[in-house]
Amino acid sequence: MKDVSFGQYYPVSSFVHRMDPRVKILLSIAYIVAVFLIREFHFFGFLAAFLFILIAAFAARVPFLKVVKSIKGIIFFIVFSSVLQILFNHEGTVLAAWWVIEITDVGLLRAAFITLRITLIVMGTALLTLTTTPVEIADGLESLLTPLKWVKFPVHEFALIMSIALRFIPTLMDETERIINAQKARGADFESGNVFKRIRALVPILIPLLLSSFRRADELGDAMDARCYSGAKGRTKYKKMRPTWRDLVGTLFMAALIAGVVLLNGVLGVAV
Amino acid sequence: MSFIEAKNVYYRYPQAEKDALCGVSFAVEKGEYLAVIGHNGSGKSTLARLLNGLLQPTEGEIAVDGISSADKSRLFELRRRVGVVFQNPDNQLIASVVEDDVAFGPENIGLKREEIKERIDFALAAVGMEEYRKAMPSRLSGGQKQRVAIAGVLAIRPDVLVLDESTAMLDPRGRREVTDVVKKLNRENGMTVLAVTHYMDEVCDADRVLVLSDGAAVMEGTPREIFSQKEKLQKYELDVPVPMRIAELLKEGGMPLKEIFTKEELGEELCRLLRKI
Repeated sequence: MKDVSFGQYYPVSSFVHRMDPRVKILLSIAYIVAVFLIREFHFFGFLAAFLFILIAAFAARVPFLKVVKSIKGIIFFIVFSSVLQILFNHEGTVLAAWWVIEITDVGLLRAAFITLRITLIVMGTALLTLTTTPVEIADGLESLLTPLKWVKFPVHEFALIMSIALRFIPTLMDETERIINAQKARGADFESGNVFKRIRALVPILIPLLLSSFRRADELGDAMDARCYSGAKGRTKYKKMRPTWRDLVGTLFMAALIAGVVLLNGVLGVAV
Repeated sequence: MSFIEAKNVYYRYPQAEKDALCGVSFAVEKGEYLAVIGHNGSGKSTLARLLNGLLQPTEGEIAVDGISSADKSRLFELRRRVGVVFQNPDNQLIASVVEDDVAFGPENIGLKREEIKERIDFALAAVGMEEYRKAMPSRLSGGQKQRVAIAGVLAIRPDVLVLDESTAMLDPRGRREVTDVVKKLNRENGMTVLAVTHYMDEVCDADRVLVLSDGAAVMEGTPREIFSQKEKLQKYELDVPVPMRIAELLKEGGMPLKEIFTKEELGEELCRLLRKI
């Protein structure tokens, strides 16, 4: 449990790893927009996006397989939405029909299109989490959200809560394991019975965990007070993020992708 | 006036029936190392919290460098002077990276980036954790985490280091790491230390000892003075350090030992006797 790293950060030093987290977050958003810009059935746009990821993964020194594996978590979602498209799309030429179900050519194309779109989006955002630590993402978000201070959004508090939550994940995982072992030693059974029984068996884990979290929060509050914490006012920041030439290259690369997608939208579509 | 001065301090927790501290007075000079000992519930942790204004005395006065802990308008000034290290290292580290955690205090007092960097260098060097600058606290040992916590406090450059049972949750090795760092800070950097503990062995490092029992200061003196009154200590449910205890048992068994106090003395004395044989 000690070595559990939150998220899927791939710890190497690379071009992409050393980019400014803020730029990486913004570029990830731009990438999602780019993938959504691909017009229906213009599959060459996906080829461009795929090429983009391939090159980015190479620049990040992350094995491409790692990037591909990131879709594991949403495979169910992809299959589900494609099946819906195939079964219930009534546009286009009917290829096969049974009861209320009609399989059409448009349905099949849509399923392929949606599958590719989701897969490419997830692979692209995985590159962000593979190359950026959760702490960097939290810091980046804090910096990006700074303008929201003008509408009284508590940016500093929000960022502090995020980074404290990240800091306590390994601690609480250790603690959960200890509680599970302690309850097992007292004869608790977490492995048998139906779903409801198993969920009920979790109560003796969750309650001690919750109580100890409150105690921890109390002590952490004291420790923060003792270290002169008094909110965002008059506080400075040690870490400063500065965009470099790497971020410029990354941004230009992203601009190339968007331009490519727009150009490909004008030509080479699968006509229906 | 002494650097830390407590005059007839009373404290009662809200809804408690008994005073946690009843009329405690003591003084600590700059550069001194005071150990506060007492059995559970003697009020020793309350004392630590009163020192930096986490609690305010219900009666009496406690002041550091002339700043009273009851003066809420000067709380920030007080906390810059009094650094407190608590018991559980896991519950006092704020960031996921060592250097960011040490930076937390300096950031709070609004220092510039370059100054913060200097202070991180200084604080991590003082506790011997320079190599762990970029490490994650969750991967460190208990003793290392507690040293990072001390560094986090040192980075504020306090005048007094208060340890509130900071070694209670550590294994013997971690405890040694922490006590060595504290001893070094006191001897070499002239840091004023107030250590609340219930490990008698740690008390030997102190210049002076204050014994609390049921919220009252019952004994005060150098470690030697205190530990020579074994019967009185036992009355307050406290024991003498292990080397002293071993020496006593050896004497009872007929070994002609001198008065023993620390484990170094015990070692020397035993070697001296062995040579004679």
